[in-house]
Amino acid sequence: MSLRNRIVLVLAVLALPLTAPHAGERAASLYQLHERLLNQDGKPIDLDVYRGRKVLVTMFYGSCQATCPLIIDTLRAIERKADPLQRDELRVLLVSFDPERDTPGALREIAATRHIDTTRWTLAHADPSAVRRIAAALGIQYRKLPDGQFSHSTIISVLDAGGGITRQSADIGRADPELVSVINAK
Amino acid sequence: MAPLISLLALVGLAGVAGPPAQAADPGVLIAGGRFESVLPPAPDEKIAVVAPFRLDVALVSNTDFARFVRTRPEWRRNQVAGLFADEGYLRQWSSDTEPGTAIARQPVTYVSWFAASAYCESRGARLPRWYEWELAAAASATSRDARRDPAWRQQILDWYSTSARGALPVTGATPANYYGVRDLHGVVWEWVEDAGSMLVSDDSREQGDPNRNRFCGSGALSLEQKENYAMMMRIAMLSSMKAAYSSGSMGFRCATDAGLHR
Repeated sequence: MSLRNRIVLVLAVLALPLTAPHAGERAASLYQLHERLLNQDGKPIDLDVYRGRKVLVTMFYGSCQATCPLIIDTLRAIERKADPLQRDELRVLLVSFDPERDTPGALREIAATRHIDTTRWTLAHADPSAVRRIAAALGIQYRKLPDGQFSHSTIISVLDAGGGITRQSADIGRADPELVSVINAK
Repeated sequence: MAPLISLLALVGLAGVAGPPAQAADPGVLIAGGRFESVLPPAPDEKIAVVAPFRLDVALVSNTDFARFVRTRPEWRRNQVAGLFADEGYLRQWSSDTEPGTAIARQPVTYVSWFAASAYCESRGARLPRWYEWELAAAASATSRDARRDPAWRQQILDWYSTSARGALPVTGATPANYYGVRDLHGVVWEWVEDAGSMLVSDDSREQGDPNRNRFCGSGALSLEQKENYAMMMRIAMLSSMKAAYSSGSMGFRCATDAGLHR
């Protein structure tokens, strides 16, 4: 086999689908990661701020013009599809890739502009090493570009009450029915 | 998948004289500068700028890593959190805290990105970033950038395409390059700090791809210098490894910003 074909093979590995835990397998808890964050009010919070509830968690950055507004819309679409009882209990955690620009003040402004209910949603600032670890744990790829934008993948995860990453989806622009069914499950 | 497996296995260069194992890697100072990477920083930006940094001379050994887990029990294979390491983590060791004498001086492998990062942090260091690693690895014994030297390139390719049999060499056993760094080629793959940042995608995959919305920013990155197969394989390998994965052909070394004392 030629070297070129070998490279194609290796590149094919990259196209592996998202891994979600199989039935019966216990999902690894995101809360094994002990990270201190700042919320949009500048208040220190821990990554497990919503322990005890189901949580939608993903990452974004505030100055993004294209995909990031869509991320917020997608999270809202998922919320809307959830049963009313589950929806009241559901929480949303958005961690920024961009510690420099997404200060708590900037995050508070995004929350206001986007009419985000910060009693149920948290926009969080994390330092660069925490951003790396959280992204790694969630399987999110990101890279800072020379112009200050970020190139990143978007993966929305549903955490159970203990932080277990029970389901992940790369769908944006619509409410992935699989995420919705996990949220609605008792 | 046999070709893939032989690809993942790397040849060892046992028997080459090297420095004796040292308690702390002294590292070398690398000036950095402007560097043409196989991974352009952005679609319209070909040149990466690398700030001065210090890089370990050799790979981290099993002995080094054993010292770490003895003081940090949460990184022992029997205690590590499942989020941070898969089941293969340190499987080659003879016990939870001891690698065993046969592999003591070999590079530690079966370590996850999380574990490698924590090790470097415990030394006040960090994993090298991809551009730092690639810049250091572009050097031959005599040239800072040997990537256009056909003989050197062939030597690298020969290493990568030979299947590995037998034990890994001890750390620091391979010849020093221009900067005095060893083990960059022909031993193991190495974790980098930004392993989770190597968005590899080519134009065909992006065109009309329903998943293209997964990517934000000015498009995902693509690879340059397609003839530089060895580096492309590294990037492909790193991109395919999740941060909790461990592999018998994946090790690491540490780096620091040049200004930092260590």
